[in-house]
Amino acid sequence: MTEPSAVPADPTNTDAAELTVDDLTVRFEGLAAISGVSLTVERHEVFGLIGPNGAGKTTLVNCLTGFQAPTGGRVLVGRESTVGWSPMQFREMGVARTFQAGRLFKDMSVLENVEVTAVGLGLGRRRAVERGRAILDWVGLAGKTSLRAGALAYTDQRRLAIARAMVLPPAFVLLDEPAAGMSDAECEGLMVLVSSIPRTFVCGVLLIEHNMRVVMGVSHRVHVLDGGKTLAEGTPAEIQRDQAVLAAYLGVEG
Amino acid sequence: MIGFLQHLIDALALGSIYALTALGIGLLFGILRLINFAHGDLITVGAYALIVPAADVTARLMIGSWTPAAVVVAISMIVVVAALLTDAAVFRPLRTASPPTLMIASFAVSYIIQNGILMFYGARPKAVDFWSGANVQITIGALRVPLLQLITLAVTLVLMAALTVFLRRTPQGVQMRAAAEDFRMAQYLGVRGNVVIGLAFAISGVLAAAVSMLYITQSGSLTFQMGVPLALFAFVAVVIGGMGSLAGAVAGGFLLGFIVTMLQAYLPPDLRAFRDAFAFAFVILVLLVRPSGLLPSRTTVERV
Repeated sequence: MTEPSAVPADPTNTDAAELTVDDLTVRFEGLAAISGVSLTVERHEVFGLIGPNGAGKTTLVNCLTGFQAPTGGRVLVGRESTVGWSPMQFREMGVARTFQAGRLFKDMSVLENVEVTAVGLGLGRRRAVERGRAILDWVGLAGKTSLRAGALAYTDQRRLAIARAMVLPPAFVLLDEPAAGMSDAECEGLMVLVSSIPRTFVCGVLLIEHNMRVVMGVSHRVHVLDGGKTLAEGTPAEIQRDQAVLAAYLGVEG
Repeated sequence: MIGFLQHLIDALALGSIYALTALGIGLLFGILRLINFAHGDLITVGAYALIVPAADVTARLMIGSWTPAAVVVAISMIVVVAALLTDAAVFRPLRTASPPTLMIASFAVSYIIQNGILMFYGARPKAVDFWSGANVQITIGALRVPLLQLITLAVTLVLMAALTVFLRRTPQGVQMRAAAEDFRMAQYLGVRGNVVIGLAFAISGVLAAAVSMLYITQSGSLTFQMGVPLALFAFVAVVIGGMGSLAGAVAGGFLLGFIVTMLQAYLPPDLRAFRDAFAFAFVILVLLVRPSGLLPSRTTVERV
């Protein structure tokens, strides 16, 4: 497995050092999806977020990117309050994300998918194409720039989604289950890519993933949610030994 | 054989008009999920803008008497402004409304435009002598072809090529295609929704203006409902082409032009009055075989 090629880093438009969730609560008509969760993602790390289905992982990511307004608590980019920010404002302030469903523009070419993002973020077309090619090179899609995005293999679609989030390097990127449906070999490639993000772009990664080998393999710290509450946080080694986590996942009495 | 070729050229010219109109409707449908029945009335606006506003039966040209280049620019601007106004006044406040609501709103816009024209120009059809020189016949071998039909075809090809280049090669065009595929995702990625939608209305205005001028040159008469059948046929073209697909809208337009022209030419004289019924029966057949149209848009199919 080769190291991803270097990408000239562009300064991001925020110097925020961390992305913070402080005592966050989200209720849907009285039903608490998240209650009292606090965590901090730093720019030099991969931060894993795990939990059984329905634990509130995606709701949390939605709060961190403006797709869902919290019922209580705060989301901070650096020290800035994000109350009332739209998803686009989050992106402009350096918080990008990918989606479980990919949400690629399937009828457009691979290059156009990243180009349109760069243009949307304010680049001229030539610079957008330049950046687009560099970032596609980085994710390993250099030879496929003119293919229709919908015609890409599943793994490559995941890579394209990451490229689209990283085209103007954000300060933080939230990856929503990037390894879902990948084979072990494909996961290896993804792990190399994800773990290179903090070094290459000075960009913190919040990684939501069910594949434990991937999360434990690339994360510096892991946060475990269950039923909308924090169950544990620690290094992968600590989490793998945590009785409460084991109970939640395996149904064993703690 | 010569007869058939003659009809084929007629079909291409009529198909061009349908295709241009269908493109205007298809473009807005792609981005807004709006089926804009008022598009036909924008064509009417462009045609009436040629003459002096008065209720007289014989129309006196005003803008229509300027040099061709000035006419093209002025009419395009007027129709573009009209299209943008319909957006600002009606469709923008309905951005989050459902597609049926948008369609019904477009009927309202259509009635308002028609009645506005009635107020200023009167209800009687008007004869207008606009660019009638373009109706001369030119002879190519054994074929006699009205010059206007060749112009119509050429204008259509140029506009389609220009639209294709715009959508493929310019940042605005790429953003428009992204918005047509997944509007919310495009917005999240920084595509300015209202800018893209405004551009789409402006382009549909240019397409409507082109149809106004070509159509009025050929028909030589103005009525306040002249755009309605055009919008109806163009909508049918969009449906048989595949909702949400621009290539489909063009294909549907030309196919419909072909069907209508050939029915007109080859139906027994007694049945010609029912030409449109036969045409629409054919459309039903097409949809029975290909329910999502000739060239369905992949994204629309997934979404529905």
